[in-house]
Amino acid sequence: MSFVPVMLWSDALVFLLLLAGIASAWYVRQREHLLLPWRRVATSSVAMVSLLVLSFFLVVGLLDTLHYRVALPEQSNGKTVYSPEVLSVFDKLVTPLRAQTEKTYSAPLAVTLYAKESTSDASGNILRDYPRLRYGGVHLTDEQQRDGDVLWRGLTGALVGLMVGLAIVFGSKRWLAQRGWPLRALLIATLIISALIGMTVNLAAAYHVLGTDKVGQDVLYLSLKSIRTGLIIGTVTTLVTLPLALLLGIAAGYLRGWVDDVIQYVYTVLSSIPSVLLIAAAVLMMQVTIDTHPQWFDTSASRADLRLVFLCMILGVTSWTGLCRLLRGETLKLRELEYIQAAQAFGVSSFRILTRHIMPNVMHIVLISLVMDFSGLVLAEAVLSYVGVGVDPSMISFGTMINAARLEMGREPMVWWALAAAFGFMLVLVLAANLFADAVRDAFDPRFNRTEVVT
Amino acid sequence: MIAYLIRRILYSLPILVGVNLLTFALFFVVNTPDDMARMQLGIKRVTPDAIEKWKQQRGYDKPLLLNSAASGTDKITGTIFWQKSASMFVLDFGYSDDGRSIGREITTRMGPSLAIALPTFLIGLVAYVSFALLMTLFRATALDMAGVALCVLLMSVSGLFYIIGGQFVVSKLWHLVPISGYDGGMGGFKFVVLPIVIGVIGSVGSSSRWYRTIFLEEIGKDYVRTARAKGLSELAVLFRHVLKNAMIPILTGVVVIIPLLFMGSLLTESFFGIPGLGSYTIDAINAQDFSVVRAMVFLGSLLYIVGLILTDISYTIVDPRVRLS
Amino acid sequence: MSALLEVKNLVTRLRNGARIVDDISFSIRAGETFALLGESGCGKSITALSLLRLLPDGVVRAGGTALLDDIDLFGLREREMRAVRGGNVAMIFQEPALSLNPVMTVGQQIAEVLALHQGMGGAAAQQRSVKLLAQVGISDVTRRVAEYPFQLSGGMKQRVMIAMALAGQPKLLIADEPTTALDVTIQAQVLQLLRDTQAASGMSLLLITHDLGVVAEMAHQVGVMYAGQIVEQASRTQLFAQPLHPYTQKLFAALPHAARRNQPLVAIPGSVPPLGSIKQGCRFTARCDKAWSLCSEKTPDWTVLEDGQGVRCHLYAADAAGRDKGEGIRVDAAPRFAPSPLSRPPSLLQVKDLRVHFPIRKGVLQRVVGQVKAVDGVSLEIPQGRTLALVGESGCGKTTLGKALLQLIPPTAGSVQFAGRELIGLGAGELRTQRATMQMVFQDPYASLNPKMRVAEILEEGMTALNIESNSAARQAHIDTLLEQVGLARSSKWRYPHEFSGGQRQRIAIARALAVSPQLLICDEPTSALDVSVQAQILNLLKSLQQKLGLSYLFITHNLAVVEYIAHEVCVMYLGRIVERGTAEEVLRAPKHPYTQALLSAVPRIDGARGERIRLEGDLP
Repeated sequence: MSFVPVMLWSDALVFLLLLAGIASAWYVRQREHLLLPWRRVATSSVAMVSLLVLSFFLVVGLLDTLHYRVALPEQSNGKTVYSPEVLSVFDKLVTPLRAQTEKTYSAPLAVTLYAKESTSDASGNILRDYPRLRYGGVHLTDEQQRDGDVLWRGLTGALVGLMVGLAIVFGSKRWLAQRGWPLRALLIATLIISALIGMTVNLAAAYHVLGTDKVGQDVLYLSLKSIRTGLIIGTVTTLVTLPLALLLGIAAGYLRGWVDDVIQYVYTVLSSIPSVLLIAAAVLMMQVTIDTHPQWFDTSASRADLRLVFLCMILGVTSWTGLCRLLRGETLKLRELEYIQAAQAFGVSSFRILTRHIMPNVMHIVLISLVMDFSGLVLAEAVLSYVGVGVDPSMISFGTMINAARLEMGREPMVWWALAAAFGFMLVLVLAANLFADAVRDAFDPRFNRTEVVT
Repeated sequence: MIAYLIRRILYSLPILVGVNLLTFALFFVVNTPDDMARMQLGIKRVTPDAIEKWKQQRGYDKPLLLNSAASGTDKITGTIFWQKSASMFVLDFGYSDDGRSIGREITTRMGPSLAIALPTFLIGLVAYVSFALLMTLFRATALDMAGVALCVLLMSVSGLFYIIGGQFVVSKLWHLVPISGYDGGMGGFKFVVLPIVIGVIGSVGSSSRWYRTIFLEEIGKDYVRTARAKGLSELAVLFRHVLKNAMIPILTGVVVIIPLLFMGSLLTESFFGIPGLGSYTIDAINAQDFSVVRAMVFLGSLLYIVGLILTDISYTIVDPRVRLS
Repeated sequence: MSALLEVKNLVTRLRNGARIVDDISFSIRAGETFALLGESGCGKSITALSLLRLLPDGVVRAGGTALLDDIDLFGLREREMRAVRGGNVAMIFQEPALSLNPVMTVGQQIAEVLALHQGMGGAAAQQRSVKLLAQVGISDVTRRVAEYPFQLSGGMKQRVMIAMALAGQPKLLIADEPTTALDVTIQAQVLQLLRDTQAASGMSLLLITHDLGVVAEMAHQVGVMYAGQIVEQASRTQLFAQPLHPYTQKLFAALPHAARRNQPLVAIPGSVPPLGSIKQGCRFTARCDKAWSLCSEKTPDWTVLEDGQGVRCHLYAADAAGRDKGEGIRVDAAPRFAPSPLSRPPSLLQVKDLRVHFPIRKGVLQRVVGQVKAVDGVSLEIPQGRTLALVGESGCGKTTLGKALLQLIPPTAGSVQFAGRELIGLGAGELRTQRATMQMVFQDPYASLNPKMRVAEILEEGMTALNIESNSAARQAHIDTLLEQVGLARSSKWRYPHEFSGGQRQRIAIARALAVSPQLLICDEPTSALDVSVQAQILNLLKSLQQKLGLSYLFITHNLAVVEYIAHEVCVMYLGRIVERGTAEEVLRAPKHPYTQALLSAVPRIDGARGERIRLEGDLP
C-alpha cells in the first residue's frame, strides 16, 4: 500500500519547535553555567517523574504528528488517487482502536451496548435486551466470563509490562546513577507506567478499555488523540508569544522613549480587553474567513488544522502581554547595571547590547513563564471549545470530548466514562506539567535559590 | 495625588480609543460585512439581494470610514465606524440580531451576574488569603507542603470539572439544590449557592498559592526581622506587619477585577442557567451575533480600565509612599 | 565586675552541616562595648542573630550557651524569649532603609515596643515615643512621629531604629554594622549618639563591624573573627598596640595610608575559604606567610597570654617557642613605586563648567517645574599619568560627573576636552573613535560583569566594538597579556564571572577597561564593595598599572584613606559643586573649606587620635 506524507501546518510548527528545542538543548549542553540550573531540576524526583510522564505524552503526540494519506486502490487517468482521510503513524499503530467502532455508547470494558435494543431472534420473537458489541469482548462465548477474562488479561498485561519495565530499569540504572538523578523515584515510576501500559494494551486488544462514545468510537483512542491537540495548543502558542514578548519587552525596557510608549500602549490596549472576549471575537472572525474560503482546503483535516493553528496564534496574540510587561520591567532593572554601562562606554551598538547582554539575562524569566503557561493553555483549550471558540468540532480534543459528553449528562444512568477519561487524561498531563514547571521555576528563579546564606 | 489620579484617567482615554479601533478593525475590516452576511445566510445558496437585505437590517450598508455620497457632517456620521463603533463611547450599543436593545439587556442582566460574581469574589478573597496565611505561618513544615501540594492538584483540574462534578454530586446525587435556574430576591438563594461554592473552589489552588508566594516574599524582608527583634509573636508579625505590606501586591491583582464582576462568568452562568451577562455573551458567540460580542468587548475593556483607575486609588489608601508624594 | 552576657562555645551551622559560626566564646560586661570585627562572610552577623534566636531559615544553632544575667537564652521557651527580644536585648541593623516597616508610621513602630515591653498604650506611648525620638536627636519631633520611614533620610532612619531599640530599655544593644550604609559625616553622628546613649543608660553594646576605624572609636573589647572563629580577642588598646594573630596584623597593614604612598600595601593573598571547607587546621593557613606544617594539621587552641589577650594561633602556643611572631609587619624599606616627579605634567582631560541637570516634572501635564542640578558647574583638570581623586558623599553628583565625562549621560552644558579635543557635541561615529581613550571601572564587581559571558568574551567586546586589533588571533593574544597584567591566570579566560571572587572580578573589570588601551581610567568607587585585604590588592594593582602604562585616573571615592594613599590631586565635591581642590597633601593636611574640614574630622582614625571633631548637623539637603 503506497502513501504520500502530508505536512499539515501544525505539523510543520511542531517540527520547528522540536528543532528549536534540540538546538537549544545542544547549545545548553556546551555551557556549564546554563546547564547548572537544569542539573538542579534533575535532582528533584518530582520533576523527573513528571518529565517521564510528560515524555510519554510527548511520544504519543509526536507519533500523532507524522501524517500521511493512503493511496486508494482505484486510479483515475493513471494517476494515483489518495484518500481524503489524513492518518498519522499513531493511527496506524492503534488501527484496531480506531477502526473497531461500535454502534453507540458502551461502558468501559463492557461486552454489550449501554442501552437495550429490540432484536428479533430466529423465530421472529422481538426481544429487548442489551445487544452484544461488535468488537468488545467478542471472543467471549458467555457474558459471565467477562470478569475473569478482564482480570486475567489485565494481570498478564501488567506482568509483561512489568517485565519490560524491569528490563528498561536494569538497562538504564548505571546510566541514571552516573548523573545523580533520583534513581528510586524514576525506577518506581517507570515500573508503574510500564505495568499500566502493558495492562491497557492487553485489555485494549479485546475490549474498549474506556468504553465508547455516542457514535461508537473508542474513548481510549479519543483520549490519546486529544493529547496532540493539547500539546500543540500548549506549545505552538509560544511560537507567537515568545518573539513578540521578548523583542517588544526588551526593546521597550532598553530603548525607552517613544518606543517604550508605543509598545506599552499596544499591550495595555490588548490586555484591557478581557481575554476570553478577545479570543472569542478573533475566533469568530477567523471562522468567517475560513467558511467563506472553502477552496483553500483540500481535506477536512487541513481545514481543522488551520483552525487549530489560528487558534494558537490568537491565543499567542492575546497572551504575550503579561510576559512582555515582565520582561520590560526586568530590562529596566538590567539596563542600569554596570556591565551594560561598560558596554555603552565601548560604544557597543544597542542591537548588540540587546542580544548579547540583555537577552541572555532575561531568558530564565522567559523559560519559567513558558513552562508555567503550558498547563494553563491546555486547560484553556477545553474551556474555549466549550464556549464554542475552540478547535474545530471535527478535531478530537479534550474540549470537544467534554463538550460532546456534557450533552449526555441528563441521561439516566449517566454516561460518565467519556467525561472521566477526558478529565483524567487532562489532569495527569496538567499536573505533570505543573509539577515540572514548579521545579524549573525553583531552579531558575534567583529569588527561590535560598540555599546559600549570605551573612 | 489629585494630579496623579487625573493623569491616570486621562491616560486611559487613548486606551479606550485603541480598543475601539481594534474591535472595529476586527469586526469590519478583517471580514467585510458581505463576508459576514454570506456566512450567516449560508455560503452556497445566497443571493446578492439577500446580502443587501441582511446588511440593511443591521445598518451595515454604509461605507466603513468615509461616506463620500453624503454631505457635510454626514460624511463622517453616515458610516459604519461612526454609528457602530464610535457610538459605544456614549454607551450606545445598538441592537442585537433579534432586535432587542443591547444596552437594556446589559442593565437587566448585570444583577444576576453580580449576584453570583460578587459573593464568589468576596468569599474567595477571604478564603484564599486565610489559607495562604495559614500556609505561611506553618511554612517549611509538613502542613505547608501538604497545602502547596493540594494547591497544585486543585489548579491542575479543569474548571469544567468542578462545575460538572459539582452539579452531578450536589444536584443530581444529593438533590440539595436545583441543577440550574435563577430567581431574583430571596428565593434565588438556592440557585446561587452552588455556583458560588464552585466558583470559590475553582480558584483555591492558583490564588492561595499566589498569595502564599507574596507573603513568603514579604516575610523574607528586613523589616520583618526588625519586628521579630522587637519581641513580637509570629502571629503579630504576620498580621500587623506582613499582611499590611502584602496588601500592595495583592491589590494589584484584586482591585482591577472588581468592575469586571459585572460581566459575570461565561462558564458558570451558562451551566447554571443564570440570565446574566456571561450567558448573554456565550449565547451571542454561539449565535454569531457580532453586535453583541462587539458591545461586550468594549464594555469589558471599559470596566477593566475603570478597574485600573480603582487600583491606583486603592494604592493611595494602603501605600503612604503613593499617598504622600 | 561580672559579665552581662557570657557566650560559650556557640556553634551555628547550615542544615547541610557547614559551620558558619564555629565554637565562639566571649563575654560582655555591663556598660561595655564589645566589637566583633571581621570581613564579609566571617559569620559575625549570624553570631548576633544566634543570640536573639532569629536565624534565617536553613540556619540552625548546633551548640553552646549564652547566659544573659545568668539566664541561658538558649534554654528559654519561645514565649519567654520574646520578652527578651526588644526588652533586655535590642538590635539594630545595617540597612535602616529596609529595616523599618514602610507602611507604618515611626510612632506606631516605636509604640509597638512600648506596648510589648513597657505595657504602655495610647497617649502615654505617644508621649514616650516623642521623647525617645527627641533623645536620639531628631528635630521637629511632633511632626516626625507621624511620618513614614520613606519621608526620613538614611541617618534619621537609623536614629529611629535606635529610638525603637531604646524603647524597651535594653541592657544589651546589638548593633550590626549600624553605620555601614551611611555617609561618613552621618556615621560620625550616629556613633556619637550610640556613645552618648550608652553613657546615659549604662547599657552594653555588641558592635558588629568590618571597619577598624569604627572599632578604634567605639570598642572597649574586640573580638577578631575569621571564617567563623574568633582568632584574637583583646582590649582595644592592646589590639591596636600589638596585634598578635597574623591575620589581624595583616588587616592593619592592609589599610591605605599616606605614609605608605610609595610602597605597595600589604595585601592578604587569596580570599576567605568557603563555609565549612576547612575541617582541620588553622583556617588562615592558606593565606598566612608564617604558616608551617603544624598549621594545616592541627587546629590551634585558644591561648591566653599573661596580659589577658587571647589568640588562636600556634605561634603563641607553648610548643612554638622561638618562631618569628612578627612584631608588626615588616615592610620593605625601599619604596617600590617611584615617587612622582614634582613638576606637573600637561593635562590630559580638561573639564570646564560642566553641568548635568535633570528635569523635575509635576502635575497633570508633567510640566517641567524645576531642575535637579546633579552636576552644577564643575571644572577640573587631570594631568597625564596622575591620579585625581574626586571625593564626596552619596548624592553629591560624583558618579553622575564620571558618567557625563564618558558621555554616558548627556551633559547639559559645559566643555569636556580630551587631549585638546572637545567631546561634547561629537557625532556618534566620532565619539566612538574617542571612546578608546577613556574607560570606566565600576563599583560593584558583581554587577559589572555580564554573568552569561566568558571572561574572554567580556574582554573582547570592547576591542571588537572599537576595532582595536585587526584579527581574532591578535585579540586573543592581547587578552592573554591583559590577564597577566592584572594578575590572573591565562586559563581564566574560558571561565564565567561567577567562578571568581569579588577581588578577581574587579581585576577582570580593570582588564576589560584596559583592553582598548585607554589613557584615562575613571574608577568609580572601585574598592568600596571589597574587604580591606582585597582593597589593598586592587589599589596595588592600580598603582603599578599607572607606573607601567602611564595611565591617568579619575578616582571617585568617599574613602579618604584611599585618597591619601593613591591620589596626587583631590577635588572635594558637595551638592554638585567642587568646593575645594588642590594636591592631596594640601587638601588632606590643611583643608580650607568647612565641608572638607568636617569630612576629614568625621573619619574614624585607627590611631585613636580623635582630635577635635567638627560635627556637621543634619543631613544632606
